[in-house]
Amino acid sequence: MADIRNYTINFGPQHPAAHGVLRLVLELDGEVIERADPHIGLLHRGTEKLAEHKTFLQCVPYMDRLDYMSMMQNEHAYCMAIEKLLQLPVPERAQYIRVMFDEITRILNHLLWLGTHALDVGAMTVFLYAFREREDLMDVYEAVTGARVHAAYYRPGGVYRDLPDAMPQYSAQHTRNAATMASMNANRQGSVLDFIDDFTQRFPGYVDDYETLLTDNRIWKQRTVGIGVLDPDRAKALGCTGPMLRGSGIVWDLRKMQPYSAYEHMDFEIPVGRTGDCYDRYLVRMEEMRQSNRIIKQCVDWLRKHPGPVITDNHKVAPPSREGMRTNMEELIHHFKLFTEGMHVPEGEAYAAVEHSKGEFGVYLVSDGANKPYRLKLRAPGFSHLAAMDELSRGHMIADAVAIIGTLDIVFGDIDR
Amino acid sequence: MPLAPETLLARLQDTLGDQIVKATLALGEVTLEVRAENWIEVCRQLRDDPGLRFDLLIDLCGMDYSAYKDQPWDGPRFAVVIHLLSVVKNHRVRVRAFCADDDLPLIASLVDVWPAVNWFEREAFDMYGIVFDGHPDLRRILTDYGFIGHPFRKDFPLSGHVEMRYDPELKRVVYQPVTVEPRVVTPRIVREDTYGDSGRG
Repeated sequence: MADIRNYTINFGPQHPAAHGVLRLVLELDGEVIERADPHIGLLHRGTEKLAEHKTFLQCVPYMDRLDYMSMMQNEHAYCMAIEKLLQLPVPERAQYIRVMFDEITRILNHLLWLGTHALDVGAMTVFLYAFREREDLMDVYEAVTGARVHAAYYRPGGVYRDLPDAMPQYSAQHTRNAATMASMNANRQGSVLDFIDDFTQRFPGYVDDYETLLTDNRIWKQRTVGIGVLDPDRAKALGCTGPMLRGSGIVWDLRKMQPYSAYEHMDFEIPVGRTGDCYDRYLVRMEEMRQSNRIIKQCVDWLRKHPGPVITDNHKVAPPSREGMRTNMEELIHHFKLFTEGMHVPEGEAYAAVEHSKGEFGVYLVSDGANKPYRLKLRAPGFSHLAAMDELSRGHMIADAVAIIGTLDIVFGDIDR
Repeated sequence: MPLAPETLLARLQDTLGDQIVKATLALGEVTLEVRAENWIEVCRQLRDDPGLRFDLLIDLCGMDYSAYKDQPWDGPRFAVVIHLLSVVKNHRVRVRAFCADDDLPLIASLVDVWPAVNWFEREAFDMYGIVFDGHPDLRRILTDYGFIGHPFRKDFPLSGHVEMRYDPELKRVVYQPVTVEPRVVTPRIVREDTYGDSGRG
């Protein structure tokens, strides 16, 4: 009988496949994982505590920094919680803009997930393609909000501003000739909506490209089929939501089941998996990107036809227009009060949840009537998913741990908060 | 579409009866307050009752009410709040239980009811010092190894107690009392109910 030694190895926090600052203590029997103990908190910034010391409006940018791969969806849940407590109606155009950007964000998130997951498992090319498309969408972010990542675009009562009429273009460079410049700027001649529209027409073809590279790829299948199988009852017991739950065959999507914003007017389908392994979750997310693309297209069509206000005219919550402030004393006072003291949210508690790219992102907001939240609890989907890591990886080979971390789609901004 | 909250509330009251201390329906959300003594029994019923079937625990969090409305808080200081979702029936509920003892807030662990609660309870323990009786692995989760105190309590300062820096003489990282001066940019204000009403001057 050979002498077999058990090893405990430390995976991360500086490991490219740890997707951030995950320290994973793995107890191994040879190459088989016996126990996985994730140590988290290396990115803990105490967002919930900080929020108790900031006004409601000052907290919005913190939301971007939670799950920094799906920025606007976090803001959406936070704004919805405030709007619920204030019982504040949001203009319809703002609802559609929010839905459109939620879906743009979902594509951004899934592209990053796809690229890095494939990279971890050994496919380099997908990463390069995925980041090419992310660039276009981040340009949309930048055109609309001025920031490529941390947008702070959704505000209680609507969105910060309407979509601009012109899409920024590449400026001429001495390294590029006129013909190249013209082709680079070809789809940037019109408004932002035209650019997004053009993207929605191109994007299904791109998803086909990714699928060509992966879906029937023998190596990809060997690494993901039958890995990290989660049966439906166990998925619910472990608190999984989003693609993790749908990958196990449960039809559950907040956008359909408890629709918010303008999702009830949208026509889309919920993809579900069958076996609940990494491969099924991959297929679910790929189909989600196609469905998001459909939703974006519907929003673009609606937004073209329906101009209107994008933020509430309640100046206790949203600032008045610049012009109004210069000519009207009342509006100047509103502006001053809003940005010094902030808004007061009525006493009470509310929970608002959105179907985030990774699962259910919820905001539990308790207000005691002050200008700052009394308690803000952020329910991050990745937190529950990473807690399931131990159970998912038990009995698998050490190389599969990387595939499982990839399929969980974890981002430490929201796990550690 | 989800069940009407009124119907859900009636169903909860039928099932749980006098185990509910207080039930409220506000903003379309049902909130139950139960006693910490029968925390597990209530949760089991919420999960297993055929009319309720709360099969997914969304969230568990600690609460510290000691600074509520900037006034002395009457009653137990710490509470545990859970948010439940029924995927089968499509409805939600929030359940709260106050921990009787402020010095040693103690409540039973729900790990046997919903395994998902494991990390959430560790987080509530880490942040508020709420002890979950029966939890298999109640370690700190988000704070640093060797951290002292419970940072989300209202009496814990925002800037903390210690800071870390590299000491070039000792050639290692050392902890020292925090040097950041606490400052308040925007003060916290609770206005009276009638503040800003037009026609009241």
